[in-house]
Amino acid sequence: MSVLTEVSIDTISQPANDHLHGDLLEISMGPHHPSTHGVFRMNIVLDGERVVKLKPVFGYLHRNHEKIAEHETYLGSMPYTDRLDYICSITNNWAYALAVEKLAGIPVPERAEYLRVITGELTRLQNHAGLIGFLLQDMGASGTPLMYAFREREKILDLFEALTGSRMMCNYMRFGGCRRDLPSGWMEHAQKVVDGFPRFLDEFERLLRTNEILMARTQGIGIVTREQAINAGISGPMARASGVNYDLRKVDKYGIYDRFSFRVPLGEHGDVYDRYMMRLLEMRESIEILKQAMRDLPSGPIMDPNTKIRNFRPKAGEAYGRIEAPKGELGFYLISDGGPNPYRYRVRPPSLINLTLLEQMCLGHNVSDVVIILGSVDIVLGEVDR
Amino acid sequence: MLGDGIIKGLAETARNFFGSYVDKERLTTVQYPEERLPQIEGTRDFPFLVYDGDDWEKGLRCVSCHICEKECPPKCIFIEKSKDKKPDAVGKLQFYPVRFDIDVSVCMSCQICVEVCPFDAIKMDVEFELSSDDRFGGLLHHKDKLAKSNEYYHKIHPTEAAAVDAALAEEREKEKEKQKQAALAAAAAAAAKAAAAPASAPAAHVPVPAPGTNTDTSAKEETK
Repeated sequence: MSVLTEVSIDTISQPANDHLHGDLLEISMGPHHPSTHGVFRMNIVLDGERVVKLKPVFGYLHRNHEKIAEHETYLGSMPYTDRLDYICSITNNWAYALAVEKLAGIPVPERAEYLRVITGELTRLQNHAGLIGFLLQDMGASGTPLMYAFREREKILDLFEALTGSRMMCNYMRFGGCRRDLPSGWMEHAQKVVDGFPRFLDEFERLLRTNEILMARTQGIGIVTREQAINAGISGPMARASGVNYDLRKVDKYGIYDRFSFRVPLGEHGDVYDRYMMRLLEMRESIEILKQAMRDLPSGPIMDPNTKIRNFRPKAGEAYGRIEAPKGELGFYLISDGGPNPYRYRVRPPSLINLTLLEQMCLGHNVSDVVIILGSVDIVLGEVDR
Repeated sequence: MLGDGIIKGLAETARNFFGSYVDKERLTTVQYPEERLPQIEGTRDFPFLVYDGDDWEKGLRCVSCHICEKECPPKCIFIEKSKDKKPDAVGKLQFYPVRFDIDVSVCMSCQICVEVCPFDAIKMDVEFELSSDDRFGGLLHHKDKLAKSNEYYHKIHPTEAAAVDAALAEEREKEKEKQKQAALAAAAAAAAKAAAAPASAPAAHVPVPAPGTNTDTSAKEETK
């Protein structure tokens, strides 16, 4: 294995074409392979079952998001951000709202900040629950873990539907607050879901954490070292699985995250198993944050009264708003020229940047490992291609 | 022991399987077309136009101001404004949409049209079974299909509709008050005029209309 990981492009172009080795095989995995979680393609060069070269091909879901946003009003881009990472739309809204609030200097009321934390952490829960379900599905645990995970995720989506009107395309944040206050009975319902969530996590850990097949499939596979992770700009659970202590909720303390006490789980090996465990541990910390936020939720307005919905024109300038989205650092960079729409609108998508190490992770492993390595990165193609 | 973890995991699936016979929490599937989940109150999918009263053509709240058309991010609304004015549900003369189309295949249910509407005329529906076998016109909804009564709005979003009705009633009360004031001012002005030149202008005697009943006053205000 160690020899194969050092195969350079030069040796690939001249394969050892003798009787023992045979030819290299180039296969195209995707763009509609079920394991690629969307329309994503990898050109893989195989020596037997071993990967010797891998080239990801992006862009099948490119929807011109950034250019569309430059022709929309500031508010008009908000529902489009839902469609970036369509699993966790609320955190996308939040990052965009944060960027515009920085740009225009809009204060956010206390209650709205708490609502943002509550909905944001619920989003993290449902994203990670979905992810571990899909990851195990990719590993061959057909159906069962995925259905257990989706059973829990559905409860959170119900909460989103009752609050924002839609299960996935929430469109919930506004500049200077949130769109809608909690409906009656929502808090009790949410409390029930949050209190019941650890039971699901315990169940999930009993189900698969010590499973020998899972451990054999994931440990030592797709390693990203600490240095590699830092050099490639990787963020989120994937960087933390490699031991990089970087969580924007602690580092940047955006919103009101300095008020909550929670721990940041860190991995040691940076392999697929660590990334899988990272999600499970992060969910437990999210539950801690949720409990504190729900306990302390103050009453008051949920929107800054001086912010207009229509004819919103921030002064000329630029701003970068970033948050710790479930997948990593999600940032929006905006330049305003004082007009009703941004002059430049740029998204820093965590999925795309976390994918940059895909080849290094996959070299030397089998084709079947490529599937779970890709699954453990946690990509959503809506965000990769934009 | 090798295989421990697998056995533990299988015990968990067995617990879920047998649990589904006793615990409703574990049996979450709903057999959709026959069985349906109760409607969640805050749900939104596509917009509709609210009308007051019984006649949808007369009672539409929309005054065709084009704000929703301009603000709609995917530009799925098309409005054609009327040339003339018609009395609305409270008898005030207003423009009305000759044409109001929403292309549901373009609409992304973002609710921005509802948020920007100053007349509470457009609201979000909960109807989701909209599939059609007509490729070209089937999902282009015209005014007649979009118009739904205020009672329907109360049925699908009771809390929100009650708040909207209260706000509207307050606004109409204010409007009436304004009309009353205007009528009184007009009467005072006419009386003053009549007092100043009693012989020269007998025709200038303006009858004072009862507030709220006659639409002439509001029409005059509109032209001012």
